[in-house]
Amino acid sequence: MRDGRVRLGRQTWQFTGDVRIVSSAVAVGPKEAQGPLAGEFDLVFDDLYLGEKTWERAERKLLEMAVQTAIDKGALANEEIDVIVAGDLLNQIISATFATRSLQFPFLGVYGACSTSMESLAIAAALVNAGYATYAVAACSSHNCTAEKQYRYPTEYGGQKPPYAQWTVTGAGAAVVGKGIGGPRITHATIGRVVDWQQKDPFDMGSAMAPAAADTIATHFRDTARTPEDYDLIVTGDLASVGTPLVRELLAEMGYDIGAVHRDCGLMIYSPEQGVFAGGSGCASSAVVTYSHIVKGLNSGTYRRVLVVATGALLSPITYQQGESIPCIAHAVALERVAAAEEGA
Amino acid sequence: MKVPQTSDALRQQRLRIERYQQRVKEVKPKPPVARNGVKAFLVGGLICAFGQAIQNFYMYFFDFNERTAGNPTVATLIFLSAMLTGLGVYDKIGQFAGAGTAVPVTGFANSIASAAIEHRAEGYVLGVGSNMFKLAGSVIVFGVVAAFVVGLIRTLVVGMGG
Repeated sequence: MRDGRVRLGRQTWQFTGDVRIVSSAVAVGPKEAQGPLAGEFDLVFDDLYLGEKTWERAERKLLEMAVQTAIDKGALANEEIDVIVAGDLLNQIISATFATRSLQFPFLGVYGACSTSMESLAIAAALVNAGYATYAVAACSSHNCTAEKQYRYPTEYGGQKPPYAQWTVTGAGAAVVGKGIGGPRITHATIGRVVDWQQKDPFDMGSAMAPAAADTIATHFRDTARTPEDYDLIVTGDLASVGTPLVRELLAEMGYDIGAVHRDCGLMIYSPEQGVFAGGSGCASSAVVTYSHIVKGLNSGTYRRVLVVATGALLSPITYQQGESIPCIAHAVALERVAAAEEGA
Repeated sequence: MKVPQTSDALRQQRLRIERYQQRVKEVKPKPPVARNGVKAFLVGGLICAFGQAIQNFYMYFFDFNERTAGNPTVATLIFLSAMLTGLGVYDKIGQFAGAGTAVPVTGFANSIASAAIEHRAEGYVLGVGSNMFKLAGSVIVFGVVAAFVVGLIRTLVVGMGG
């Protein structure tokens, strides 16, 4: 039950108003379009360059298209958007800043590595709930080639990757947040802490991020007095096949058995035979799955209540070259279907 | 998971992390070292055999001897490697072959060509020029240093012996 409190515990925000995801849209690249969720995406591109000169421009375009499509789907005018909260994985979050340069919205840039998707959604929901924005857009993007270029090796370099490496999702997702029009309700957001359990392998982000995800999920349950049974679906952003069993075990140790309702976006977006190693990663992983499959599922009634836990590895090439471990973070947002009867009331 | 305040809680947290690290080792799939070794051996051997064929070709059809045929042979392998890199094929072979394509001169060429292609968007000077030895640079540096050390030892040993 929700009451008038805006904060539960130290980390969980409760949105007291009727804050909704009014509309959402995703744009993806070619590999994602061959995955099991292909039919649910709004915009699909069969070229990693999207007809642009550089990958960085392509990523920007994905973000612009996702944002514009989300606004159009909500039948809103661009002038009605009071603020956009957006981020990405590149240095100085250039995809978000350059994309909003052309969109000309008041802009708040955020960075939480792959947790940016839910970080931006939580902030947008808080701004709408408090009345600082009537409509706010939350958006983020990632691109396989720009991420490889920044974090790892040149894309055409012939180095062998280990089986626990992950594949950065090429895509962008955007959600328009507003009050009481339609779409799933955003009820809570649990803001994560930076958790570092001394993992050092930059190819194995699942193991590094699982403790952060477990921390945020357990905190969410404690703050809201909920249990895993209260959700039809708990999704983590990009723990992939290595981090998925680990987060379940960590939560089981704390007394929460999420196995029955837990899935991972990094495993939902690709099928195993697509050659993506352990699964998908990148902030588009959780954004693309949430803003297509999950929002649609909540609108159609497939899901009633979903907890999206976006996980981020806060490393940079410099920190791992200097031998530092990988600090991680996870932010959770609870989404709820508003039943038709309640909608009329 | 409260922030540990007392030394007792700190110790417990450290134990949890140690236990977790143990568990990660069990869960994390191990690279198939034996299979990768065999693949590297076969592909690497094939590349070397191919190189030998090129060398023989230069010796048979052109006026090269065993010593002088080395240069055009290496140049040919570098050219083919750079071309396969540009066509987007070399990284796929590399994922299959591992050290088999990394160790021969083709791997060296691929590391330079791939970095050059990657940073072409930042221009010829600041992009291609300053980034193409991003990966190969350390091989050159330590290769030269190693050669210097070995050369020094040889000079000293031969000097003392003679």
